[in-house]
Amino acid sequence: MAMEKFIKHTGTAIPLRRSNVDTDQIIPAVYLKRVTRSGFEDGLFAAWRNDPDFVLNQPQYKSGTILVAGPEFGTGSSREHAVWALQNYGFKVVISSRFADIFRGNSLKGGLLTVILPQEAVEAIWTTIENDPATSITVDLETRTVSYGSTTIAFDLDDYTRWRLMEGLDDIGLTLKHTDAIDSFEAKRPAYKPKTLPIRI
Amino acid sequence: MGKTLAEKIWEDHVVRSADGEPDLLYIDLQLVHEVTSAQAFDGLRLAGRKVRRPDLTIATEDHNTPTLDILKPIADPVSKLQIDTLRNNAKEFGIRIHSLGDADQGVVHVVGPQLGITQPGMTIVCGDSHTSTHGAFGAIAFGIGTSEVEHVLATQTLPSSRPKTMAINVEGSLKPGVTAKDIILAIIAQIGTGGGQGYIIEYRGSAIRELSMEGRMTVCNMSIEAGARAGLIAPDQKTFDYIKGKPHAPEDFEAAQKYWETLFTDSDAKFDVEITLDGNTLEPFVTWGTNPGQGLPLNASVPNPAEIKDSEERGAAERALEYMGLTAGTPLKNIAIDTVFLGSCTNGRIEDLRAAAAVIEGKKIAPKVRMLVVPGSERVRQQAMKEGLDKVFLDFGAEWRNAGCSMCLGMNPDQLAVGERSASTSNRNFEGRQGKGGRTHLVSPLVAAATAIRGTLSSPADL
Ligand code: SF4
Repeated sequence: MAMEKFIKHTGTAIPLRRSNVDTDQIIPAVYLKRVTRSGFEDGLFAAWRNDPDFVLNQPQYKSGTILVAGPEFGTGSSREHAVWALQNYGFKVVISSRFADIFRGNSLKGGLLTVILPQEAVEAIWTTIENDPATSITVDLETRTVSYGSTTIAFDLDDYTRWRLMEGLDDIGLTLKHTDAIDSFEAKRPAYKPKTLPIRI
Repeated sequence: MGKTLAEKIWEDHVVRSADGEPDLLYIDLQLVHEVTSAQAFDGLRLAGRKVRRPDLTIATEDHNTPTLDILKPIADPVSKLQIDTLRNNAKEFGIRIHSLGDADQGVVHVVGPQLGITQPGMTIVCGDSHTSTHGAFGAIAFGIGTSEVEHVLATQTLPSSRPKTMAINVEGSLKPGVTAKDIILAIIAQIGTGGGQGYIIEYRGSAIRELSMEGRMTVCNMSIEAGARAGLIAPDQKTFDYIKGKPHAPEDFEAAQKYWETLFTDSDAKFDVEITLDGNTLEPFVTWGTNPGQGLPLNASVPNPAEIKDSEERGAAERALEYMGLTAGTPLKNIAIDTVFLGSCTNGRIEDLRAAAAVIEGKKIAPKVRMLVVPGSERVRQQAMKEGLDKVFLDFGAEWRNAGCSMCLGMNPDQLAVGERSASTSNRNFEGRQGKGGRTHLVSPLVAAATAIRGTLSSPADL
């Protein structure tokens, strides 16, 4: 799937003061039955959203596009629906001090920018946006920084991923440029490697 | 310097590498199921792309399938759409599929090994995080997201950055009543749900070597619960014997085995991290909280969050106790259970059913407890029935179901009700995992069986 280019995003942020936010919380399994990539926003944090005090239900955080979460965000299943649910809801960026590997891979493939900041920086953003929910935050991929007010924090992202996101490049298209290399690798694969077809029972 | 097992397999699959870019890795097998594939096939269709290697791809229906009345049309229209979509996609793209009612239908990670298409030295992916199960055969097997599923369908490769390596040595021998599940729960409790992040774990040591293939699969299965990308175990004679005679065992077994025998970590190889656990002192383990790292030996009591130093962990423990409806200091063995679930890709194989059946045989289920037995695959179900295990479970008072993921993830109608408490042989105890408001304690098949008899968390030694 082609994706939108990500160069820079400015928006308001939502504090999610929880650690170990797993994929079953981001989107419970009962919401995974759609066969499209859209419409998953209704399942986002479905169980927690029943609570009127949950942060996403608070009017001052209605229009947030940056989610600022506790450590180990996205642990659990490989469901990319977790990324789609966040994107369908309107999130462009998730900030945390640690992400689960598969979730992070999925997010960066799908154009949802996951930014790793030290826990102290996350806490500082939490305090700022709790004091003033209208605080405008800019996440800039060009300079690899998160900034708000007079604060600017740098984050790491490898050059290759950054380039892909900034160009909005589709991984499959990139790989297909190396079809020759795949062909020659296949030509050398040993014959004893299993095949699913023809079916043997 | 020598190489680790994971490094050897990785290097054998690099199609292309370039500075500053992830390696392009060749994928030997992709397993497909209904929940994470529809959007991938759709992407192919939109781009006018084909599946490059249908002969290295196999699909089954498991996550969302009913375990009762499987031959009737699926009642939930949305689930039905998802299954129908997979069937149509398989047909359109020429992919082998094992549908409900087929002898090889079942949980994707049970089906691969039983067909013999999971073999040492392979790279295996699936749009499911518990793909790590296949690492038990000495393969690099990991879960991927739907975009990656599409990528592998189109190119049979995946750009991946090389993970770091971790060794977990479990030395000694397990005491009777202690199982593979207890090993992995103890490991996760020790290193935490993020402890394996960025690593491929190699499980080593005598206690691991002594495990059956089923036990090894249980250990590798839950690597993801420790945060690891994958987990693997060096293949040995047990591995070769397990594959021999399976439908897709290599025709030239000798040639294959010759390669498989090279798959071990060299004695002078270095892991990025090494951890050692004493297998002799391990006890049956259960979880008390809402992440798989929140576990303790069954003889312990519910922990007191006030005694936890780390503030994040303390907060998580407080929330977990509230959600689980538990009070600090309660002996775990006093916790009463409503539902026992025996199944899943962690513990839904024939050996697991046999172990549980041996405990309950001739006994009666505790009053007010329901027990669901869901074989991991139709083949496991058939085998169990051949051995009369279905009768043992039914006589005991358990329900005997058809194969699938079932209550492991509560996507189909097999769910916990709000506040209901389960002892479950599955792998995740997240809030609401087995049904909204449901409370899950992860256990081994032996503990599940003993718990069903006593009605409170128990091990066979308590009977
Ligand atoms: S049994 Fe559970 S963990 Fe395994 S594949 Fe199915 S849902 Fe996932």
